[in-house]
Amino acid sequence: MAEFALPQNSKVQKGKTIDAANGATRKKTFKVYRWDPDDDRNPRMDEYTIDLDKCGPMVLDALLHIKNDIDQTLTLRRSCREGICGSCAMNIGSGKGTNTLACTQAIDEFKGDITVRPLPHMPVVKDLVPDLNHVYAQYTSIEPWLKTDSPAPNRERLQSEEDSTVLNGSDGNGPAACILCFCCSTSCPSYWWNADRFLGPAILLQAYRWIADSRDEATGERLDQLEDPFRLYRCHTIMNCTNTCPKGLNPAKAIAEIKKLMAVRR
Amino acid sequence: MKLKWDSEGIKSPLARARGLGSAHEGADHWMKQRITAIANIPLVIWFVFSVVSLRGASHAEFTQWLAQPVNAVLAILFIVSTFSHAVLGARVVVEDYIHNEWFKVFKLIGIKLFFVALGVACVFSILKIAL
Ligand code: SF4
Ligand code: SF4
Ligand code: FES
Repeated sequence: MAEFALPQNSKVQKGKTIDAANGATRKKTFKVYRWDPDDDRNPRMDEYTIDLDKCGPMVLDALLHIKNDIDQTLTLRRSCREGICGSCAMNIGSGKGTNTLACTQAIDEFKGDITVRPLPHMPVVKDLVPDLNHVYAQYTSIEPWLKTDSPAPNRERLQSEEDSTVLNGSDGNGPAACILCFCCSTSCPSYWWNADRFLGPAILLQAYRWIADSRDEATGERLDQLEDPFRLYRCHTIMNCTNTCPKGLNPAKAIAEIKKLMAVRR
Repeated sequence: MKLKWDSEGIKSPLARARGLGSAHEGADHWMKQRITAIANIPLVIWFVFSVVSLRGASHAEFTQWLAQPVNAVLAILFIVSTFSHAVLGARVVVEDYIHNEWFKVFKLIGIKLFFVALGVACVFSILKIAL
């Protein structure tokens, strides 16, 4: 059966409270999920109150301020700090959280304290760092590269503007714009329960990106690999994926397109 | 929580992700679920309408109503369509939430047998009254 209660050693406890605002007027409290594989303690929520004039406007700025100036043990991933690399995906909110990119999430969008947790339902490596080995392997499994049998032309493979719009989207939000942050997959209840076999919205969007590429010659083979009660059909159109995507993409639609193609080719 | 791919010993992440490979099925189930869903709309409306209009009818009136070919045929279609839809839906629920392979197979077979038996019993009863 699905497990609905956390095991004892995963119950989140209250952690330490650090007030580093020094009486500043523009201050904010961040409650941050902490877990260290090297001690035997349960995960806990540490509270840091910071002076907002000491950091930039985004949640990532605050987290880096905490790490650099207050508590160096805080562990998180980040790279581009401008919504392009997908590294800083985490669950952020006041009260109920949403999966999003810390670097593009403004602090002042939240009134109360801000809670920051790792992406839901993934194994945690440490603090805000989820283990992405499995989802990367799922990405590899869909063979995300152009597959052709025709001999290589002696110049680029041509694609009409119309065909490239399928990939890029007329608004720039087509499947090729996905940054593989996995906000969507980790917001999907179906992925929570069956991630071992369901590919999840991020990977299915990527699969569609290659299926829809007019230059790719392996469409049928790709569909064959996806036609499976779990890999594809665990998606029940719950739409969390599309609602949460920080880049404004539409994985649910891509999945619906794949299902449509499955029906069309029969 | 112990994740399923954690409990399979040492395997590369790709080996785990590929698992037993694609079953090359699912499109059929997906289409049947949609077809029965569409068929269910008029059939359920007809059924509810009939139940309401038969309120207070005696047993004789009811059997007479069901013996009319149109009603008998619609009733059989109603049973077949809704039960098929239920089997398809129940299968998805079991696959979603039951993660013990043996228990899952047991449940899936059980559901199928249950609905087939119930469906056959319903159709037989309708025919017995109608013919
Ligand atoms: S639409 Fe499909 S993939 Fe997206 S959240 Fe829902 S079930 Fe998951
Ligand atoms: S579809 Fe959006 S949420 Fe999902 S991985 Fe791509 S960019 Fe991230
Ligand atoms: S740091 Fe690259 S997306 Fe946030």
